[in-house]
Amino acid sequence: MTIRRGRGVAAVNYPTGMNLGGDPSQALVHSTPTGNFMVTLSSVDLGQGLKQVMAQICAETIGVKTEQVIIDTADTDTGPHCMGTFASRGTHRIGNAVIQAAREARQVMLEVAAEALEVDAGDLDTDGDGNIHVKGAPQKSISIFDTALMAHFKLGRSISGRGMFLVPRSYPEVETGAMKPSTCYAHACTVAEVDVDDETGEVTVISMKNVFEIGRALNPKMVEQQLVGGSWMGISHALYETTEPYYPKRDHAGTDFNEYLMPGPGDIAPTEIIVLERPAEDGPYGAKGPGEMCANPQIPALANAIFDAVGVRIDMMPITPERILRALREKQAA
Amino acid sequence: MAKVPVQFTLNGEEKADFVDGGATLLKVLREKVGDTSAKAGCQQGTCGSCSVIIDGELRLSCLTLAETCGGAEIHTTGGLATDGVLHPLQRAFMDEFAAQCGFCTPGMIMAAKVLLDRNPNPSHEDVVEALSGNVCRCTGYEPIIRAVLTAARSNSQNAA
Repeated sequence: MTIRRGRGVAAVNYPTGMNLGGDPSQALVHSTPTGNFMVTLSSVDLGQGLKQVMAQICAETIGVKTEQVIIDTADTDTGPHCMGTFASRGTHRIGNAVIQAAREARQVMLEVAAEALEVDAGDLDTDGDGNIHVKGAPQKSISIFDTALMAHFKLGRSISGRGMFLVPRSYPEVETGAMKPSTCYAHACTVAEVDVDDETGEVTVISMKNVFEIGRALNPKMVEQQLVGGSWMGISHALYETTEPYYPKRDHAGTDFNEYLMPGPGDIAPTEIIVLERPAEDGPYGAKGPGEMCANPQIPALANAIFDAVGVRIDMMPITPERILRALREKQAA
Repeated sequence: MAKVPVQFTLNGEEKADFVDGGATLLKVLREKVGDTSAKAGCQQGTCGSCSVIIDGELRLSCLTLAETCGGAEIHTTGGLATDGVLHPLQRAFMDEFAAQCGFCTPGMIMAAKVLLDRNPNPSHEDVVEALSGNVCRCTGYEPIIRAVLTAARSNSQNAA
């Protein structure tokens, strides 16, 4: 029996969003009477922080604090249409829709403030702290609170905006097959180091080193959280998880959670994350989709590391001890 | 089915109710008592999201019959904050970004609380061992382990 060390590398380009009949999302923004901003979406936050990032995007665009923005993702029946939270599309597609809606709302807000200050709306700016002032003359100002009150109770105007982001469906060119099925691409590269026991087929992940290029990290702590979780999920896909049996018959498969192998806290590997930011031209403040991409490169990197360690190439996931042992036996027989 | 009277304390408050014979503590907490902090995940004792503390021991409320809890002292994540101030574990889970979807979090925090109650200065391995009955789909565990170690440090600083 020998423990053999191996190292593998893999890189991925991962598209943001999808191309099934077009990829639209909508957003509506309106102010409350006291100058908070409500963003209405049908998009769902799965826990990755979509609501937080949408609040940041809306706040940045209108020129208010993030705490002044409320994100309402309450109801897909009544909210503006969204294709959904999948395909790493949330930040990019919905974020772009929120920017468009927030720009329109900001314009109305500045027009109302212009009326109050008796100036041109084009001469106004926000200070990011709840006030609107004349550019170059900060003493001539009105609070957003008072602006919203005035819009509601004096001018009868709705400080609101509509946002829509659509990536139209792309069809391949007949002659060349060329098409543009997605917008920007996120990238990742992983180096995996493993120990493989050539008697038991067991794989121990010694380290995972990942570099992710994700456009701009709109919320760096949440991006890091996503990437660390994704790296572990990649290991889990590569080595553990399956609903399909590798026993002789399907009847022997697991039927419930008890028999679905998901690694626990004792199975984690030392993980390193490096984030590269190359803002995407079409992304909201440069963001791409880091979501699913981050759980991909670990899988081929581990397959390569196992090949480097014991010389067998496993082309089916998960790479279980049984598959490694069968491949080793086949190699010896050959 | 005949109802069974049961009386216990939940986070220091006395609770009494008539429960269905065979009803799990998880179901009674969530649907009768109204404390939904313990989560119904696999409901067969595999995932740990329903973990609560019964008389100082970590228990899976999905596998505990409510009628066996007469006179018990039960603690859930729902009772951790006092007067609106978060428990050090809750604070640490926030500071370390140890939750994404949050479904496993109450169980993780209960498991961590039992550990810290017994061992105020746990090692990384102690934490891994204590959390080994709880699964998390999102975080990759490392932020959770870090949060528990952070809470332990803040506890010992407060005690000093």
